[in-house]
Amino acid sequence: MSSPTAVPTASAAPRPDLPLDPEAAISVRGLVRRYGSSTAVDGLDLDIHRGEIFALLGPNGAGKTTTVEICEGFRRRDAGEVRVLGQDPATGGRRWKAQLGIVLQSGAGDSQLTCRELVRSQASYYSDPRDPDEVLELVGLTEKAGVRGRALSGGQRRRLDVALGIVGRPTLLFLDEPTTGFDPEARRQFWSLIRSLRDLGTTMLLTTHYLDEAEALADRVGVIARGRLVEVAVPSALGGRGSAPAVVSWTEDGVRRTHDTHAPTALVAELAARFGGEVPDLAVARPTLEDVYLRMIGQPTPEERTA
Amino acid sequence: MTAVQQQPSLPPLGAVYRTRAGVELKEFFRQRESVVFSLALPVILLVVFGAVLDYDIGLGIPFTQYFLPGILAAGILGVSLQNMAISIATERSDGTLKHLAGTPMPRSAYFVGKVVQVLATTVAILVILLLVGRVFYGVGLPSGTDWLTFAWVALLGAAACTLLGIAVSSLARTGRSASAMITPIALVLQFISGVFFQFSQIPTWMQTVASVFPLKWMAQGFRSVYLPDALAADEPAGSWELGRVAIVLGLWCVAGLVLCVLTFRWQDRGTD
Ligand SMILES: Nc1ncnc2c1ncn2[C@@H]1O[C@H](COP(=O)(O)OP(=O)(O)OP(=O)(O)O)[C@@H](O)[C@H]1O
Ligand SMILES: [Mg+2]
Repeated sequence: MSSPTAVPTASAAPRPDLPLDPEAAISVRGLVRRYGSSTAVDGLDLDIHRGEIFALLGPNGAGKTTTVEICEGFRRRDAGEVRVLGQDPATGGRRWKAQLGIVLQSGAGDSQLTCRELVRSQASYYSDPRDPDEVLELVGLTEKAGVRGRALSGGQRRRLDVALGIVGRPTLLFLDEPTTGFDPEARRQFWSLIRSLRDLGTTMLLTTHYLDEAEALADRVGVIARGRLVEVAVPSALGGRGSAPAVVSWTEDGVRRTHDTHAPTALVAELAARFGGEVPDLAVARPTLEDVYLRMIGQPTPEERTA
Repeated sequence: MTAVQQQPSLPPLGAVYRTRAGVELKEFFRQRESVVFSLALPVILLVVFGAVLDYDIGLGIPFTQYFLPGILAAGILGVSLQNMAISIATERSDGTLKHLAGTPMPRSAYFVGKVVQVLATTVAILVILLLVGRVFYGVGLPSGTDWLTFAWVALLGAAACTLLGIAVSSLARTGRSASAMITPIALVLQFISGVFFQFSQIPTWMQTVASVFPLKWMAQGFRSVYLPDALAADEPAGSWELGRVAIVLGLWCVAGLVLCVLTFRWQDRGTD
């Protein structure tokens, strides 16, 4: 690896000063996109390494879809440099697209074709596709293989979108809110699908509003707010979460007690000694991803709101 | 150092074209609205109007023999111009086109699929109308070299109207609005182009308007196949003007193609 940004670090802040990373699956510098007078993406820098799952988090309208669709070649940019698999997406041709899998936020459209026919026709656009029936199995649509696209439920349609996105055996898979409308079981099944794709070496850029999804799947998380990337980190370290004090709470004399500490183990040992065994209602908590996320995007956390 | 990019190979064009042809045929024939609208409606019109307007247009020839060539032209207009305008506008607004643009599918394959769809439905509507005309109204099939005229008028007309339909699809935001826009236009054209009424009975200024569009010329070309040459005297020029039919339809092909190239979009306006 020739570039320092190619080494995943716990908290790799955006590096606008560095040149595009040719080793990265996606490399973005100073990306700007305006719609009329409003700026949707406002100087965004990003490197996504080959083989990693990168989750982009951010509130509605933060600029996630705009960024992702610029990388996919669907949208123009007003400024900045973008390389996706070494190619400027604005000029990417068929061979470049053959390496991508794209699941759009808006879905793949309506059809009178059955799920199996749709996945098969999609497979025929690639030279080395996955087996369509296996793909339907992977997304849990085997029973619906003979049902027409427009007769599917919302969550089933979304699974079909995912099937269409992966059947071409992509090197780089874009997933823009892929699990919207999934029931909990489908979401777990999707997670294991994503993990098995990662094991096969697929790079993935995922946007989601589900923090548990980002935490469960992503190697790194980027938080985007008002068109800027405010932080990039591994999920457990986001917002200084890893080094934040733990909150130890217990009940003593009928009163709930809490204590912030960097040495929770010592405190718990001390409490255990004092109570001579079980500490009533003992809990040790770190700030959740949701806590740090809401703080990062400038919203009050639930506790702050009730306080 | 740049990593060595293994550029993937691409499947042969012919295979993708076959896939798209299959997709488009299934999309058309499985959708009840498009089948009823494009295939059943002209047949119903032929049967109903033929029964009502069964008068002598001269030389002992019944109106149905004049009406059949007109409805053949209108049938082609339906499966090509109207069908393309509505189906492509629908596919653009529901994201089908954007999805395809994100795959390595060669873009030509989309249009090949549409052309196969139009060819298949054109053959279907022509065969049905010829049979219905024969069975219900005893209008004979073309004979000898008339088949040749029949074939080139049908092909050139379908080509012009398909290209025009693809171009027009970009004007509408949704399939519904494309339908609301194109259906009344097609209806008016049918009234002033010599489909439901004899062209010689249409006011001159309306004839002039109709002469700009392909439908009038397709109907005229088909009339030359079905009516005796003596009735060519009723045409505005006093003859069938087959050379002019070919030129006007050919010009519409060129204009339609230019418009397609200039205006075709793979996603909704303002989303790029
Ligand atoms: N085609 C467009 N025309 C005008 N404005 C747009 C367009 N697309 C997006 N925007 C605006 O750009 C901003 C960013 O939109 P974008 O779709 O990228 O957000 P997002 O982060 O994907 O949001 P969500 O979580 O709701 O999907 C929003 O304020 C949106 O209104
Ligand atoms: Mg979005």
